[in-house]
Amino acid sequence: MGFLKSFFRELKYYPSAIVGLLVILGLLALSIYAVVAIPYSEAIRLWRGSGETWYNNPKNAPPAWVNYFHTKKLPETIDLDSRIDGVAAREEKPLGGGKQIDLEFQFDYTADEFPDDVVLYFFPTYGDKQPFVTGKWITPDGREIRLGNFSVNKGYSFRFTQDQGLARRLKRLLKMELPAEMALFADPATLPEDPEASKDQIEPLKGRYTVHLTVTTFAPEDDIDAELLVYGKVHGIAGTDHLRRDLTVGLLWGTPIAIAFGLISALVIGLSTMIIAAIGVWYGGVVDDLIQRLTEINMVLPFLPILIMIGIFVSRSLWMIMVATIALSIFGGGIKSYRAMFLQLRASPYIEAAQAYGASDFRIIFLYLIPRILPMLIPGFISAIPGFVFLEASLAVLGIGDPVLPTWGKIIQDAQANAALYKGYYYWVLEPSLLLMVTGVGFALLGFALDRIFNPRLRQE
Amino acid sequence: MGEQQVAVTTQSAAEAAAQEQPLLSVRHLKIWYELKRFGFLHAGYVKAVDDVSFDLPAGEAIAVVGESGCGKSSLMKAILGLVHPHDGQILFEGKDIWEGGNDAMRAYRMSVGYVQQDPYGALPPFMTIRRILEEPLILAGVKDKEERLERVIRSLEEVKVTPPSDFLNKYPHMLSGGQQQRVVIARALIRNPKMLIADEPVSMLDASVRVEILKLLDEVQKERSLSVIYITHDLSTVRYFSERIFVMYAGKLIEKSDTNEILRDPRHPYTWALLNAISDPLAENATKLREIPPGEPPSLITPPPGCRFHPRCEKAIQGLCDAEVPPEFAVTPTHAVACWLYREDA
Amino acid sequence: MTVPSADMQDYALVVEDLVLYFRLTHGVVQAVDHVSFSLKKNRAVVVIGESGCGKTSMGRALTRLLPRNVDRYTGKVFIDGVETMALDDETYREDIRWAKISQVPQAAMNALNPVLKLKDQVMEPLLLHEKGISPEAALERVHEVFDFVGVPDGFIERYPFELSGGMRQRVVIAMALITNPAVIVLDEPTSALDVLTQANIYNVLKRIKWEKGTSFVLITHDVATSSELADDVLVMYAGHMMEYSSAEEFFAEPLHPYAKMLMAAVPKLYGDEELQFIPGKPPSLLSPPTGCRFADRCPMATEKCKIEPPTFRLGERLVKCWLYEKEADEIVTSPEALAGVSS
Repeated sequence: MGFLKSFFRELKYYPSAIVGLLVILGLLALSIYAVVAIPYSEAIRLWRGSGETWYNNPKNAPPAWVNYFHTKKLPETIDLDSRIDGVAAREEKPLGGGKQIDLEFQFDYTADEFPDDVVLYFFPTYGDKQPFVTGKWITPDGREIRLGNFSVNKGYSFRFTQDQGLARRLKRLLKMELPAEMALFADPATLPEDPEASKDQIEPLKGRYTVHLTVTTFAPEDDIDAELLVYGKVHGIAGTDHLRRDLTVGLLWGTPIAIAFGLISALVIGLSTMIIAAIGVWYGGVVDDLIQRLTEINMVLPFLPILIMIGIFVSRSLWMIMVATIALSIFGGGIKSYRAMFLQLRASPYIEAAQAYGASDFRIIFLYLIPRILPMLIPGFISAIPGFVFLEASLAVLGIGDPVLPTWGKIIQDAQANAALYKGYYYWVLEPSLLLMVTGVGFALLGFALDRIFNPRLRQE
Repeated sequence: MGEQQVAVTTQSAAEAAAQEQPLLSVRHLKIWYELKRFGFLHAGYVKAVDDVSFDLPAGEAIAVVGESGCGKSSLMKAILGLVHPHDGQILFEGKDIWEGGNDAMRAYRMSVGYVQQDPYGALPPFMTIRRILEEPLILAGVKDKEERLERVIRSLEEVKVTPPSDFLNKYPHMLSGGQQQRVVIARALIRNPKMLIADEPVSMLDASVRVEILKLLDEVQKERSLSVIYITHDLSTVRYFSERIFVMYAGKLIEKSDTNEILRDPRHPYTWALLNAISDPLAENATKLREIPPGEPPSLITPPPGCRFHPRCEKAIQGLCDAEVPPEFAVTPTHAVACWLYREDA
Repeated sequence: MTVPSADMQDYALVVEDLVLYFRLTHGVVQAVDHVSFSLKKNRAVVVIGESGCGKTSMGRALTRLLPRNVDRYTGKVFIDGVETMALDDETYREDIRWAKISQVPQAAMNALNPVLKLKDQVMEPLLLHEKGISPEAALERVHEVFDFVGVPDGFIERYPFELSGGMRQRVVIAMALITNPAVIVLDEPTSALDVLTQANIYNVLKRIKWEKGTSFVLITHDVATSSELADDVLVMYAGHMMEYSSAEEFFAEPLHPYAKMLMAAVPKLYGDEELQFIPGKPPSLLSPPTGCRFADRCPMATEKCKIEPPTFRLGERLVKCWLYEKEADEIVTSPEALAGVSS
């Protein structure tokens, strides 16, 4: 294909093409990374988002880097799991029939805002009797607050913000009613005199906090672990959604899906359209008429409503939608424009010469006609890709996107369903939209430049 | 209408002597294109070739001369098997090319080479020269790559595109017009055909290059003893390249003769007018007007009755030329004219 | 030849040192490179040369129908006594184009407006250049000129697609003729036409020359047919004018080696000579060689030809070849003299 190489060398004269190409390469790199770092089945599982998968993420948290733009730093999640070595200080001593286990968690709090929530998850192993826990909260300035006493069964979690006892104690201590996540961290110096006054000036006390758990077990082999989660208000590169899912999974995996959908659709449709047009032009007569009538009928049919109906009544699987899209698009406008080009070519002298030296119809179509048009196919194909990417996203936003796969459209749809913009979770909508726009612009820039290269008539001489 | 029985053919002296079967024999060939209104209603025929007969002996080069619209392109397409005749036969080595199915047609195609008018258009622009020349070989079933390459190189040497290795990987647009036409000729000859059809092979080339190509065709024809049909409207080149000339007008062959004879002594009024209209580069041409028959070639859908040239002919005989189609009359053993002026009792 | 201003009115066209270069992405095409000649009134000069020699560009240079990528356009062009290079585009358009010089470009017969009737198209130049003319008078002139070129009257109301190639070419010539210009430039007027039609067109051109006194610049690669109209012959090669002679002198015996070889390559109906061809290819106009541009294909080239020859005058003939240095009457233009002028 040395013929094509000279065309691609022309590309360097078009800066917009270089930009487009870089964008596309970036997206491809992202796709490869996504598929390699998070295998397909893993991605599905993650995206399904059960309680266990995402429990340690905050809900609806913007990305961590927004802190660069805030004067007041929002906290990130602090996750201290005693099952991991070195995280918690542990002391054991035998006591009566069992053991006394002391677990101590320490962390430094440096944010300017209060955390979203605080939860202690317990992972006990026991025979008959559940272990008994006493908890203590120690602030940087040395105040001790009793968290409570309780016995823990499997799957027990102590939710600081929901415990009534803790709430009462905190109210007595601070002489005002504050939610637990604020009360535990509030800097006493910032508390207003009047308990009814505004809570805006209350700031968290920065420094080292300690959570001390004293656990009593009733059998020597009984044991316990705990996980302290101080939920932050920001998370990761992309933030989280209403199901605590890290959006990077969705955005990352959305890339290869979007590109695959766009590429495969555009490629299959482009090639099929071209081949069908060539066959129609070459054989002429009834064959050509049939193809033209089919095309005209198909062009009149309403594309999106039919897709929606297929989505509702047949299947919402992405692959199904892709097959349907391709099937509905093959006999489209492309047939007409390729037909015009092939009609012109058909009269070429070299075609006549090929017939004279005995080339078969098949050979002429595929080795003499199509290679001539193939360069024209390329810019059209590249320019068509964003259209299909947006189609997939649009279908998802309309609610008939693939139910299992993480796609950009699905993220937007989730955001919409959860009133993201109303609630101020702009990142949730902006991130997938930005990726969609970048994809569109990237392919479009390259496509337009290629169009100028392959279509000499459009060149600026 | 009253079509007369046309004498089968006039024979050239060489033919008469050899009494061999001619390589190509065209008998009462009619190439009529159907006109349709609204895509399916029959609305008449364009009679591009209307009852043409001639023989082409092996090893002889003949020129078919005529202006645009005279039917020579359709005649050529019919001989190449690209268009099906309405009536009549095309016999190659005694066998009708249209009987015998696809295999016979394929075998026939292997024996015919075709050189076209537009050298650049005749070559697929996306194939290398090597590939272009290999195509006919591939279709002939030559599977061995080495053998194909060798034959390609030899054919490039034959048409003097040298050194061949320089050109194998080039694309057509990298060659000059003359070189492109040489490649077209090479492609036509690469399967060692018995017959060559050349349709205006030099009319799109520069003046100085035309000579080269004509000389090349002449050499090649003599070396390989090819039969050649050279189709052109440029009579002044015919002398350099063919032994016999056939003149076509409005779908009919109106005069056949040896080249020198027809140039010296054109009989048909149309041929005479044609020769009279051609300029040799002489300054005196600018001093006088040229005599040209009035009017234009007739419609091929409704040609005039009788002799097709009669509306423009100053020697037309009332009642004869405008009523009956003239048969061929032999004015010499090598010269035949389809014109009532030469009827026996004139 | 520089023409003394006293004699200027005898000349339809005087060209002095005409240069036309085009700018492409990969360089400058020196299409017309310092061409000078003079054409007396009521005479036709035929510009012959092969493709790529610059003859079409010269036609455009004379009528100032230039594309956007002109790199250099200098020299003097006197049309019917008026120096036109100094005029700005607007004045040129109003006073010179079609008023003094008109053009029949290549493939003009295919460039007729398909949606206008012939009479409207042919009338247009007249309405544009003779401002006061009434529509009736204009129509009268259209009838007149159609009659002159041999287009039947009824065709006035027809559309271009209804006519044959030969008829359309006559219409285009009528368009060029209707304003009675002093010079008509024709570029390949008969290249796509049959022999008989070709002869017809030349008959029309001859009648225009004899009856209207128009002068012609005929650009063609067809040496043989050019003799039908030629009073003078200008041979172009690779942007240079190689020879300028009267037709009698040229067709009898050309001077320049290239012209000789060109004539030897023309097929003739009668005569016995072998045809000669010219080996090699013309040079690219993008970076033409220094020295004589024909030297590498010339059988008579010498060491001297590495330097560009000046244009010599022999009697009334001009030739750009070192072989004529001794017999020359004078040097008309020399490259050294021009070197000071070129930028």
